[in-house]
Amino acid sequence: MSMTSLYLIVPMAPLVGALLAGLLGKTLGKTISHTVTIIGVLVSFIASLAIAQDVFAGHLFNGNLYTWMTAGDLSFHVGFLIDPLTVTMMLVVTFVSLMVHIYTVGYMHDDPGYQRFFSYISLFTFAMLMLVMSNNFLQLFFGWEAVGLVSYLLIGFWFQRSTAVFANLKAFLVNRVGDFGFLLGIGLILANFHSLDYATVFSMVPQVMHNEITLISGHSWSLMTVICILLFIGAMGKSAQMPLHVWLPDSMEGPTPISALIHAATMVTAGIFMVSRMSPLFEVSDTARSVILVIGASTALFMAFLGVIQYDIKRVVAYSTLSQLGYMTVALGASAYPVAIFHLGTHAFFKALLFLAAGSVIHAMHHEQDMRHMGGLRKYLPITYITALIGSLALCGIPPFAGFFSKDLIIDAVSGSHLYGAGYAQFAVTAGVFVTAFYTFRMFFMTFHGKERMDHHTKEHLHESPLVITLPLILLAIPSLLAGYLLIGPMIMGDYFGTSIVIDPQHSVLHHIREEFTNPTGFMVNGLMALPLWLAVSGIVLAAVLYLFMPRIPEKIKAQSGVIYTILSNNYYFDWFNDRVLSRGTVSLGKKLWRYGDVTLIDGTMVMGTARTISRFANRLRHLQSGYIYHYAFIMIFGVFVLMSLWFIRG
Amino acid sequence: MNFHAYLSFSIWLPIIMGCLVALTEHEVRRLTLSLSLLGAVLSFLVTLPLYAQFSSSATGMQFVEMVPWIKAYNINYYLGIDGISLWFVLLNSFVTILVVIAGWVVIRTHLAQYMAAFLISSGLINGIFESLDAVLFYVFFEATLIPMFLIIGMWGGPQRVYASIKFFLYTLMGSLLMLAAFIYLYFEAGRSFDILKFQALSLALPVQILIFLAFFASFAVKAAMWPFHTWLPDAHVEAPTGGSVILAAITLKTGAYGFLRFSLPITPDASHTLSGLMITLSLVAVLYVALVALIQKDMKKLIAYSSVSHMGFVTLGIFMFNTLGIEGSILQMISHAFVSIAMFLCIGVLYDRMHTRDISAYGGVANKMPVFAAFLMLFAMASAGLPGTSGFVGEFTVILGAIKVNFWYAVLAAANLIFGAAYILWMYKRVIFGEVVNSEVAQLEDVTAREKFFLAIIVVLIFAMGLYPQLITSTIHTSVNQLIQQSSAIKY
Repeated sequence: MSMTSLYLIVPMAPLVGALLAGLLGKTLGKTISHTVTIIGVLVSFIASLAIAQDVFAGHLFNGNLYTWMTAGDLSFHVGFLIDPLTVTMMLVVTFVSLMVHIYTVGYMHDDPGYQRFFSYISLFTFAMLMLVMSNNFLQLFFGWEAVGLVSYLLIGFWFQRSTAVFANLKAFLVNRVGDFGFLLGIGLILANFHSLDYATVFSMVPQVMHNEITLISGHSWSLMTVICILLFIGAMGKSAQMPLHVWLPDSMEGPTPISALIHAATMVTAGIFMVSRMSPLFEVSDTARSVILVIGASTALFMAFLGVIQYDIKRVVAYSTLSQLGYMTVALGASAYPVAIFHLGTHAFFKALLFLAAGSVIHAMHHEQDMRHMGGLRKYLPITYITALIGSLALCGIPPFAGFFSKDLIIDAVSGSHLYGAGYAQFAVTAGVFVTAFYTFRMFFMTFHGKERMDHHTKEHLHESPLVITLPLILLAIPSLLAGYLLIGPMIMGDYFGTSIVIDPQHSVLHHIREEFTNPTGFMVNGLMALPLWLAVSGIVLAAVLYLFMPRIPEKIKAQSGVIYTILSNNYYFDWFNDRVLSRGTVSLGKKLWRYGDVTLIDGTMVMGTARTISRFANRLRHLQSGYIYHYAFIMIFGVFVLMSLWFIRG
Repeated sequence: MNFHAYLSFSIWLPIIMGCLVALTEHEVRRLTLSLSLLGAVLSFLVTLPLYAQFSSSATGMQFVEMVPWIKAYNINYYLGIDGISLWFVLLNSFVTILVVIAGWVVIRTHLAQYMAAFLISSGLINGIFESLDAVLFYVFFEATLIPMFLIIGMWGGPQRVYASIKFFLYTLMGSLLMLAAFIYLYFEAGRSFDILKFQALSLALPVQILIFLAFFASFAVKAAMWPFHTWLPDAHVEAPTGGSVILAAITLKTGAYGFLRFSLPITPDASHTLSGLMITLSLVAVLYVALVALIQKDMKKLIAYSSVSHMGFVTLGIFMFNTLGIEGSILQMISHAFVSIAMFLCIGVLYDRMHTRDISAYGGVANKMPVFAAFLMLFAMASAGLPGTSGFVGEFTVILGAIKVNFWYAVLAAANLIFGAAYILWMYKRVIFGEVVNSEVAQLEDVTAREKFFLAIIVVLIFAMGLYPQLITSTIHTSVNQLIQQSSAIKY
């Protein structure tokens, strides 16, 4: 089998599964539906492994499958670019997707939309793979919007719930705001590079990088800065960076497996992937990277604060995802693209693990998500407990868990950056470590330790989840423990990404890491003495003090911290602003335009004013009854009359 | 050249079949229906050779037919198509089949006349796209309104008189001015109504501007450009489902086609001079009307406004005067035809069951009609311009064409990415999602096999065009390039 057909199999296998489960789901039944979709994703995962082996043997690929459209001298293609960055994403996507497919068998087993759910998550896998495997901006945008569609469908999966269908509309529209910027960025690329193929565009950067664009007459900007910021607006939507983050917490209305797959591990990292993929573009604009740095840092810290006050277990993990995406964005801003992808990978494992563990808890608790009604669950859910502990330690960045390596690298990287805003970013990501550790273990202790606060009925039915649920937890716990230690060597210290990521040597913040450390153990030993680890440990200790030993204190603190608590519990008033100002403002503008523009001005004055004038005139002319054909014939005859008259006038 | 009369067939076959259908008795419903379907299918089949034998590299008109009609005034029965008109003929002939199937069980009164009106209308509309003689064009252009008046007047809703008067008034002015322009051009072209000769004329700029405005008066109304769009929502609301389908899918396009066939090549300098006005009107249509669509309470009105908004992309693309813009506007017209047909058919499906189009009367329809909900989801996404569907292709290409001319045009047009999704998905949410809101919704039954059939056909078309637009663009390149050459030449 040729490699090209193997590449094709990777996205197509899940698509076939999605179509079978979606169109024939009722006929096939539950078991066959989940079997075909799981096989589809499994095939895709195995093919990705084979491709990865091939890529690291030095076989890259960049080719087109077919020509989508030609217009003028431009042509648009559908094709694949297979390089180390792509296969990394392929492996992450197919592995997490496979875990989530298996998990879903247990989690959704009595849901009436069982087949539909499998169809959607397989469709998502297809779209996400098309996105990461693309060799051009057009197909990237295809995948980009298609994952947005599936996310929309899945957030609103339980469409009877008004909160769910509110959340999915919000998610789609906020993402569209990002896509609006993204599309304009793509448009400017086409207008200035005359191609949408990555390879062509990247090779032309030296010719175009000093071009300027005039957006308001008299002021010109660097073209590359404008393009990069527009593209990044797209990333802000998909990867939920402030102020476009508002949709992600609400997306928790969807079933838990998709929170793990789409809203933690894969889709929301598409923005991070995209910026890394575009590294040749972003490297030439310091301004754009400064913007990225500041937005990422703000998201990392301020979203972490919100994690502290949540009681819904899924919302804690959601805010943690927002904050971690901020960390990745900071790495992008600091030109440490490999570090961003490294954190993307480790985060995909431990965050999917935490979501699925949360799902296992919710499943055991009969869909109770409020941590105030949990406590002491470690006795009842031992496997969930251990795996959640691994995930939490990884998230806090405790060595030797995966998150330690990638998070420490981000803090290291930003300390080496000289961009405007780097100092702020360094403070934010360092302080964020403490907050992260605190909210993570607050959640962990409230759920698994302390007094059992659930009602009697729930308590009686508490039991560990079945194997289809615990197996993915175990399989995700392994990389959450080991991936950092194993991958830091090749990914960061070695030349893993090769040519797929371009970093200007002047911005390279990683070279001192490469010089200083030659092996992961050395890096780890150094980390033991550094500030971030001690911040993380203090965060955990504080959480233990407040939620294990003195559980009354938090309520008192909450009561004392009036204004701050109000601001936090209103999510910094972003939702308030969007709802009251933007959304109501738009609807009211629409009403005004309709009432005063269409109804009053155009119809009332222009059309009916003319109508009245004409009917006054016409009433004198017509004695026959009014019929439409009559009217019509009148004009036709009148027209002929004019024609004839002119004919005679001209002779 | 071999004798062929495919174009004549495409005009007269549906008209003859329509007349036959009109003769059938009311009692023999089955005969009327089978004859109408046969007529529609045959009429579509005779247009297929046009595609099969079309040469996409040849410049100029193809399948030309010319017979003297009124020798005294040098008026000819002169037909021909290029890559642009080809797609509208195919589209129009195909849509007629869907309209016949959509009216199958729904139309209870005057069935024969209803079907006949659509078949005759279909033939006349093909005439608009195929005419190369201005008088012939004028006759077809005006004559298509008669069946549409009848359709709205006989099978329409309670406000049909108001709607017809509005339509009538709008059209009146435009038609007369267009006719006057034709007569002027007739003398300029040495006593000929040959449109191709009109295109070769060198006219002074002031004259061009007057002629452009005369054409504009006619085409802007037909294409429902803002602020000449208000007839459309009213006509849609009053028209039966089939009438709405033809209005949105075809009638609107005749106006935009007029800009491409007449305004740009005959008055290129005026088109450039006045392009600022045209672009402004187009962008106002895209954004203003999208906001107006957002707050509509009647589903059909909402879709009607969305049509005006989508047509804004068409006129915007035309007046970019570049390949991406014009090809994008043609793609947008074809896609909008698919999407609007789908939307009106879906509203028809709901209306036939509930006899209301008020959004507030619905809620939770997905519980009772899951298959329908899936179809409508797909169509809503196509309307919102999701990549992979036809809706993306046209808007994307027009935006790319616009960004080459001016970044801000593209910014304003691309804002439709947000508003276009907002109005359609908000409607979807209120109608389809949620708990079942009332006892009428609780009694809804899912789509029948007949409804599934026609909706599935459109799904195939929407995906085919979304995934492989090359199928269409490869046949229009030559004609569009020729048009761009004509419209960029300085004539005065």
